[in-house]
Amino acid sequence: MTVLAVRGLSVSVGDTELVKDVSLEIGAGERVGLIGESGSGKSLTASAVMGLLPEELDVSGSVELDGRQLLGMPERELSRLRGRAMSMVFQEPMTALNPSMQVGKQVAEVMRLHRTNQDPRAAAVDLLDRVRLPDPRRAAKAYPHQLSGGQRQRVMLAMALANNPSLLICDEPTTALDVTVQAQILDLILANTQGSALLFITHDLAVVATVCERVLVMYDGQIVESGLVLDVFTAPQHRYTQQLLASSDLESTDENGRLKTVSHD
Amino acid sequence: MILALMRRTGIFVVSVAAASVAVFLFMAVLPGDPAQVALGINATPELVARTRAEFGTDRPLATQYFDWIGGVLTGDFGRSYVTRDLIGPQLADRLGVTLWLVGAAMVIALLIAVPLGSFAAVRHRKLSGTVISGVSQLGVAVPAFLAGILLVQVFAVQWRLLPSGGWTPPDQDFGEFLRGLILPALALGLVQGAVLTRYVRSAVLDTLREDYLRTARAKGLRPGQALVRHGLRNAAVPVVTVLGLQLTTLLIGAVVVERVFVLPGLGSMLLDSVAARDLLTVQGIVLVLVIAALLVNFLVDLLYTAIDPRLRRS
Repeated sequence: MTVLAVRGLSVSVGDTELVKDVSLEIGAGERVGLIGESGSGKSLTASAVMGLLPEELDVSGSVELDGRQLLGMPERELSRLRGRAMSMVFQEPMTALNPSMQVGKQVAEVMRLHRTNQDPRAAAVDLLDRVRLPDPRRAAKAYPHQLSGGQRQRVMLAMALANNPSLLICDEPTTALDVTVQAQILDLILANTQGSALLFITHDLAVVATVCERVLVMYDGQIVESGLVLDVFTAPQHRYTQQLLASSDLESTDENGRLKTVSHD
Repeated sequence: MILALMRRTGIFVVSVAAASVAVFLFMAVLPGDPAQVALGINATPELVARTRAEFGTDRPLATQYFDWIGGVLTGDFGRSYVTRDLIGPQLADRLGVTLWLVGAAMVIALLIAVPLGSFAAVRHRKLSGTVISGVSQLGVAVPAFLAGILLVQVFAVQWRLLPSGGWTPPDQDFGEFLRGLILPALALGLVQGAVLTRYVRSAVLDTLREDYLRTARAKGLRPGQALVRHGLRNAAVPVVTVLGLQLTTLLIGAVVVERVFVLPGLGSMLLDSVAARDLLTVQGIVLVLVIAALLVNFLVDLLYTAIDPRLRRS
């Protein structure tokens, strides 16, 4: 069953197209990776799906969630879907949480807002336990600055998972974390999104290989290649994908003895 | 937390003590002998000497200071050189008037600045936001006494809605008290409100760009809800800083506005005592004003810690 269907999505500012004619589909329980370099339009695509693009950007095309058209939907209706039917984990756990509110309250808020739980406070503690925060009862009373980056990202994840969304978008959720913490967060995402559609944005190929079944490669605002992770990674068709894979290969070097990088011409 | 509180309280007490010495010394080095001033130029040297002894100004400065500050601690500010009345009770009366005026002005300024500033920030790309910014810019340029005169002209002289001046104590007739307070408080508060609006606008604009506001939106909060629940508290820290500075400015503004509206506040008492060369009274008033300013700073510090949990570590 298709959860998210994006067709012909374009995002532009003035005459400049930042995202060009992007189409993708994600089914329930499916995990799709969206890779590409910084500025390729990955995050803009995710923000467009969530309806959180800055006002000055124009969007066109179609974004359907569980069969409902999101583009052009009134803000009031759209806000009822955000945090409930679709949710998002951001890249920067250090700044994505409100510094002056206890994290338990921040997690409880998303359930209180959508009236999905009788006892949001207790449910928040349970969620913090589910994302393996040590001593969740005490953690719920902590402020963000009292937690480490990895712990904050767990809180973000607890918030995103609170209402069992049918679509979870993770925008480089592990990029700002160190490698051991990365692995733990990835495990948590995998373990907690069994029935949901997952759109996982990253530029880390190893992460995609761990998490996703299918992968979309974005370059200069367009999707240039897509397919099963195994196929794309073993037989890349597009020149950018080939270079990306070559540059992530730490064994091989170019004729000057340097690691291979992606060229722009 | 408690340690930090004790440290801040300590700093406050030390500042007050230092300020009292400064105020005292400043008055002591001013030219003009209080006894001579009180008696006039025709007084005989013997009479001047006797009056000096009576005032206690013939004693060493240190003795005079400790005598004065010891009295102040018990609420005794000494007797006026001119009227020979006790200064303390009058000071307390006048301070009450000024506190009502400054407090009401602050409330008016906040009631204007928080909604208007937030609105101007949210709509900073739209015409309405720009208009508010422009109007507040204009308001910044208007001095309080001019605003006062204009208000009197419109509300008191032309429409005869409110009294143009005078003071009714709140315990005597609360309705009259409020009617008398409205215009002076507006004169003082409108201008401060305009200044504060600009600070609220820029603080809210900064907050709107924060990642956690995007998180709030992603949770399903509508833009206005996200700002109120997650933005305003964080925007409050820089605004409180300005608020503290403004309260001090308001005390000075009150001196002028009390004159325009004939209010028996600390400001008009200060002007009268300066005109009468009543140095001991001036000294008492200045000390009270300085302590008020220091107290505001102290409270602002406490408010920071209440608003921002990151500052609570001691």
